[in-house]
Order: sequence, then structure tokens, then C-alpha cells
Amino acid sequence: MTAIPLKRPVTTETPRGTAPTRGRIEIRDFGLRYETAAGATDAVSSVSLTVEPGEFVSIIGPSGCGKSTMLNALAGFLKPTSGTVAVDGKPIDGPGADRGMIFQQYSLFPWKTVRENVEFGLKMKGIDRAERARQARTLLGLAGLSQFENQYPDALSGGMKQRVGIVRALATGPRILLLDEPFGALDAQTRLIMQQILTNMWQRLKISVLFVTHDIDEAIFLSDRVYVMTARPGAIKAEVAVPLPRPREPALIMSSEFLALRRGLMSLIREESLKAMGGEINDDAMKGLAANFEGQDIASAL
Amino acid sequence: MAGATLPTPLERASAPASASQRCGAAPGRGAPAAPRRSRFSRLPLRSAALSVLSLALFVLAWHLLTTYRVNIYVRFMNVPSPSDVLASARTALASSAFFDHVYMSCRRILYGFLIAAAVAIPLGLLMGRFRLLKELVFPVAEVLRPIPAIAWVPMAIMLWPTNEESIVFITFLGSFFPILLNTLHGMATVDPVLVRAARCLGAKEIALLREVYLPATLPQIFTGLTVGMGVAWVSLIAAEMISGQFGIGYFTWEAYSLVQYSDIALGMISIGALGLASSWAIRMVGRLVMPWSAAR
Repeated sequence: MTAIPLKRPVTTETPRGTAPTRGRIEIRDFGLRYETAAGATDAVSSVSLTVEPGEFVSIIGPSGCGKSTMLNALAGFLKPTSGTVAVDGKPIDGPGADRGMIFQQYSLFPWKTVRENVEFGLKMKGIDRAERARQARTLLGLAGLSQFENQYPDALSGGMKQRVGIVRALATGPRILLLDEPFGALDAQTRLIMQQILTNMWQRLKISVLFVTHDIDEAIFLSDRVYVMTARPGAIKAEVAVPLPRPREPALIMSSEFLALRRGLMSLIREESLKAMGGEINDDAMKGLAANFEGQDIASAL
Repeated sequence: MAGATLPTPLERASAPASASQRCGAAPGRGAPAAPRRSRFSRLPLRSAALSVLSLALFVLAWHLLTTYRVNIYVRFMNVPSPSDVLASARTALASSAFFDHVYMSCRRILYGFLIAAAVAIPLGLLMGRFRLLKELVFPVAEVLRPIPAIAWVPMAIMLWPTNEESIVFITFLGSFFPILLNTLHGMATVDPVLVRAARCLGAKEIALLREVYLPATLPQIFTGLTVGMGVAWVSLIAAEMISGQFGIGYFTWEAYSLVQYSDIALGMISIGALGLASSWAIRMVGRLVMPWSAAR
């Protein structure tokens, strides 16, 4: 299962266990500020983070903290207003196939069959029809999707669409995979399976992964390290290493190590989520919410 | 997905009915047959039967109104009866002159429509992609769009050296704006995540237009083509009636001048049939070009 018949000089030909040497993500003093009618607002301010080659790193944080903004900068869709974003020492200049991206929304082309979707990146590289069909078939076979190769995405379930999306992003042999809450729209069961599929592929390919989520369990289960972001303007609040052994089984989430990590991350996130809600829910209000009416209805309790 | 799940509501709808009929028979058997029968026999056959019935009622009403020469403010006394029209259709179909008229009209439609599609679709795609182009072209389009194609007839005759070209030009104008506007509308509704996904996979500008924007816009383009084809016929018939020498519109108008009343109806029916056939043809092409939407 280690060899993938693609031209992937680093990842496939490195023997198992050797650390990959490419795919280092480096974000330094990242800031993004945009103009609104009310003046300039900072979406993200002075974030620095790194992902070592072959590492799986997650970013969690309250909604609107700019996690997706940084992925978009890495993908090349936007430029930071301050700081640098670089891969293997090279600053990012526009989108490219060396960085695969998976979106929360299903992004398969509905007018292409599953195989044509997987072929898309190869087609953009100018690989001829027969060769890209062969490569796409091989990849779909490895992902267990062979029997769907001629179906249109509309005929697939949500989880299946994301699996094809992952295969499509990997087909061009990227050094880096960026995932923006990819399983957010899936039900809990499908989600668990998708997480295992993703870790499995990541371990086989040894590429660097930056994974954005707001699901703490997901972040712990998948990652080597987790960055916690603050509420807007987004900054790094904490960096938590996840020293859990791999391969990780679903039962892991019941272990005490997992739960300890979860508790720590929970409290970090909770502070920020409360802040993100703009002080709507402060401690006083929480006390109010905790008031016990002892079975009476509100009118009589008042 | 929708195609696969289509039988489910039918199954549900028919299940209670068949269950109450069977009343104690082995449950589960025969149930799969019920939705199939209802799907194949009830829906398409029923609608086909109703279409035939509605057409038959129309012809019957026409027949009664004309044979009894009904005269209630609206005067049916000079209107040809269905059998008159059938008789003149027999003579017309036996002569080559009628087919020449039909052929000329079809040729004009084809030229005008194809040129309109060939200009409007790429223009719409580019206008949707590049804001400057849209801002430059859109005001002109907005001013010209409300002018009915018939109003262009005198101008078209002045503009073009031959009559034939001016008629094709008017047909072109009629279909141009619906195609352009629908293409533009389609471009505005392209899912941005698909564009981003394509760019992440290494697609550059030309590939984006060809591989993402065009196929994503095709459903609206085909709406525009269908509407444009309808307007093209309206414009063509008007132009032929005013300035033509051939064509089915000219045939209809000439029949009026020559007091050949049954030919008027024949001309009208032919125009209707040709319009129907051309919109059917566009639908068929649409299915060929968008095989993925057939599965929905």
C-alpha cells in the first residue's frame, strides 16, 4: 500500500519511516486587515505557525476567528496585509496544484464524472487522456471508489463526494493538503469514517496537512499538533502537542489521555467562544441561565 | 441522486393503497411491482392521453364553430374548417412551392439563430468574467434590448444590401438578447467554490472558462436558447410578412392577400409545428451536451 504509481519523487520513493523533506509550511507574523464602512478591521493579527514536512496540524478556534483566512492565504486566494506565508521557503504567489485544498462545501464538478473529476488536475498539467485515465483509475482503486468512476457527483452521498474530493486533490501529488472544515456537513458516523480514511491516506502519502475545524475531538483525533486561535482579531492562543500513538483507533476517544487533552482544549476554546459572542454571554448571564426554577414555570417563579 | 430516489415517493404513495387491497396477503410481495406499474402506465400514458384529448377537443370546437358559421361578435363565417385546411394541406404538400417556403424560413432561422448563439454565448461568458467588458457592453445592450425586432425592419432593410440578409439580421436580433442575458445570469450564479477548486488544481484563465464557467452556465444558456428560438420565430414571421418574398410568414400573408383563407390556417399551423420542432431540437441538443443533468 506504500507505492502509488504517480510521479511523486519525494513521497513515494522515500522508504517507510524516513521523514519527508518537503512540504514545510511557514506562516510568520500573518495579519489581515480589511476596510469596512466603519474603518479598518483586523481579521487576523500577527499569527505565526509552522507545519513540518509530513506533519498533521489542526487549527481550532471560534467562528470568525480567521482560521479559514489563513488557509485561503496558503492556497493563494488572498494576500496577507502583513507578514509572510511560505511553503518550503518560497512565498505563495497565487493558487497552484502543489497545494491541494478540500472545502467544506462539496466542490466536485457536477458536469464531470467521478473519474473526470479526479483527472482534472492531471488534465491541467497537460497529461494526455490515456495516461490520466490510467492514473485516475489507479487512485480511485486505492481509495476503494472504483465502482463509482462513471457516476456523476449528484448520485453520490456527501461522504462519498468528500472522498472523491480528497482523491482529486491528491491526484496531482501535492506536497501539502489544506482542509477547511471538510467534514462539517457530514453526519457524526460518516465523519468518524472519513477521519480514519484521511489519516490512513496521510500516513501512506506522508504529506503535510493543515486542517481547520471547530470540532475539538476531530482536531485531537487527527493531529500531531493543535493550534488554538483567539476570537477576532484572530491570533494564536495556544499550541498543544498531541502525543497520542498512531495508528489511532476510534476507541481512543474514550482514553484518559484523550479526555485530558480534550478538557484542556475545551476550556481554551470556551473562553474564546464567549468572547466571540461579543460579551453577550458573560459570567453574570451564565449565572442567570443556571437559575433553578424548581419545576415552576417562569411566570410563577418571578 | 434524484433519479435514483424518484421511485421512493411513488412507492410510499402506493404502498398503503396496495396494502389495504391485499389485506393479509404475504407482506412485501407484489409491492415492488405496484410503483413500477403506476410509474409507467399512469403518469406518461395519462398525460399522453390527455394531450390527445385536449387537441381533439380543440379541433372539434374549431369544426363546430366553422361548420355552423357561428357569429357571436367574433365571426367564424370566413374561417376555414379543419377539413378545408386538410384539403389545402394536401395540395400544398404535393407542390414543391410550399416546401420552398418552409425551407427558406428554416434556413433564415438557422442562420440568424446560430450567429446569435455564436456571438451571444462567448460574449456573455466574457462579460460575466471581466467586469470592464460588462460595464462597457451592458448599457448599449440595455438600450437596444427593449426595441422589438419588428421595429428593426426598416432599419435592417437600409443596413443590409439584400432582403435575405436583413431578414436574417432581424432573426439574429430577436434571439441575441435572450441568449446573452441568460448567459450573463448563468455566469452570475456559478458556484464560487467550484472556481476555487479548479484554481487549486492548477486551472488558468482559459481552462477556467472552458472547464468551469461554460459547463456551469450551460443550463441557463439552454434556457436562453429556448427563449431565443421562440423570439427568433416571432421576429422572422414578422419580417417575412413585411419584406419577404419567400418563407412561411410570407406564405401566410400572401394567402390573406389572395383570399385563400384555408392557406392562412395552414401557414399558422406550419409555423406552430416548426416552432415546436425547433424547441424540441434544442432540448435534445441540451440533453446531449449536458448528460449529467439527465440523471437529476
